[in-house]
Amino acid sequence: MNRYPYLIIGNSAAAMGAIEGIRERDSASEITVVSREPHHTYSRPLISYLLAGKVDEARMPYRPAGYYEDNRVRAMLGVTATHVDVRERAVEISDGSTIPFEKLLVATGGNPIVPRDVEGGNAEGIFTFTTWDDVRRMQQFVEQNDVASALVVGGGLIGLKSVEALSALGIRATVVELADRLMSVTFDQTASDLARRALDEAGIAVRCGTTVTRIEQADGEVAGAEIREGTKVECQMVVFAIGVSPATEIVRGTEIETERGILVDDCMQTNIEGIYAAGDVAQAVDLLTGEKRAIAILPNAYRQGSVAGCNMAGGQRSYEGGLSMNAVDICGLPTISVGVTVPEGDGYEVLSVLDREQPMYRKVVLRNDRIVGAVFVGEIDRAGIVTGLIRDKVDVSSFKGVLLSDDFGLISLPAEYRKHVVSGAGIEV
Amino acid sequence: MKRVVAREEFCIGCRLCEIHCLVQHSKSKKIIKAFREERDSIVPGIHVEEKGYVSFALQCRHCTDARCIEACMTGAMHRDPETGAVLCDADKCVGCWMCIMVCFVGAIQIGADKHVASKCDLCMGAETPACVANCPNEAIVYEDSDE
Repeated sequence: MNRYPYLIIGNSAAAMGAIEGIRERDSASEITVVSREPHHTYSRPLISYLLAGKVDEARMPYRPAGYYEDNRVRAMLGVTATHVDVRERAVEISDGSTIPFEKLLVATGGNPIVPRDVEGGNAEGIFTFTTWDDVRRMQQFVEQNDVASALVVGGGLIGLKSVEALSALGIRATVVELADRLMSVTFDQTASDLARRALDEAGIAVRCGTTVTRIEQADGEVAGAEIREGTKVECQMVVFAIGVSPATEIVRGTEIETERGILVDDCMQTNIEGIYAAGDVAQAVDLLTGEKRAIAILPNAYRQGSVAGCNMAGGQRSYEGGLSMNAVDICGLPTISVGVTVPEGDGYEVLSVLDREQPMYRKVVLRNDRIVGAVFVGEIDRAGIVTGLIRDKVDVSSFKGVLLSDDFGLISLPAEYRKHVVSGAGIEV
Repeated sequence: MKRVVAREEFCIGCRLCEIHCLVQHSKSKKIIKAFREERDSIVPGIHVEEKGYVSFALQCRHCTDARCIEACMTGAMHRDPETGAVLCDADKCVGCWMCIMVCFVGAIQIGADKHVASKCDLCMGAETPACVANCPNEAIVYEDSDE
């Protein structure tokens, strides 16, 4: 049987990381990409910019035209992989055919979560927002129905970027978030307050600590919504942005181990040799806790893909662990948040500076003199240095007094670590 | 590839590198004109850090294992196939700041227009970058690094 040397299911950041990781070691063998979406690889996070009209369709590609040809990739786009046959080492395709492989990477991403128990949840005008086609569907609906108001459910990254995009289209938009704050995974209350003010100034209404309970319909279309305490929100469309769950359908019922996502070791390999997983579908080790956790963010996806690709091509590279982090510009307010920013329990030390007027907010969370989390709002230029200190688990006891000062920089770091930073892999001091 | 190497023992903190970087990336390329008219529209790609008697000039390290390229959500941050330099395509950048979040050197800034990331471009393949050419004390040098 003629086996495909490298088969990748998925066509986004993790898949591109894998292609590039494989090509560093193996320039000859063909790589096959199977993707249920018909598009050339595109930047998924750009969909909110596309909806807002800030970028056009020509700017959507994540890699240039000709990328597949240049990298000897056979791209099977608009093709759905349905099942991994572990015994036969083949992937079943929706048309009934199978693709036998030598090495497989599952990079199927995540599926948007839609609550099942919302009354009226079958109305026309309810969307999720994770694909290019979602943008097209929303644009069409907005145009045909002359949409003037919208409700976004979920105040995380996707929720905030979609509410900002809808507002940019002149739609009166409201966002509701079940947690007590926006971006609840990596923001604390103060960062959320500052973000909320930026949204307020853009005319976007924010409600925290609540969620939608009922969607009103008129002629089968969304005609308003009710949130938990009985308040009505005027809206002609609803966007669910309450997170994604790892798209593990393809390995369901196989010997491949899953929890929330597909479990992988530090080589990004599953429990089955030669079968790897990366990106939002994977549950890989978390840098801070050492536990396996699915963190759906693009930088981790690319890194995991590139580690997987290297190992698929016979290399030996290990994944140092994912960090939960986000960089997001909220209506012109730049923010960066990394790791644990709202510590629970004892043993943490919190340092912060705040100027609400600017606004400028910097906060670091320490445990055993190591930084485990940080938030930057307004001024973010040196945030990456702190991310590096978190990743490298550097003892900051000798310079923690200057971590939040205005002139904090590499010069604030101990000379030894500074040299290490500026002279990392392939870099000269 | 050739990289800019900082030698802090020779840096006198004069910041001429920052000024010449700004001039090099100005429209006029003339020091007085650039300083008068364009200094608010350009962020230098090199930055002098100073504490007491210690100072050094640092810009993007053009890392082999570049986290900014991995984290870039649009594909704007890329490696020039010819020179190996890490470059940001301003037409593709939308200012999400993922690159700033992961750059452990702190060498990427929000550009002057607040919409795109700004960083050292090694003067786009110039024989000697402007900062190195104009350093009066050879505190930054442009050297071949073997990998």
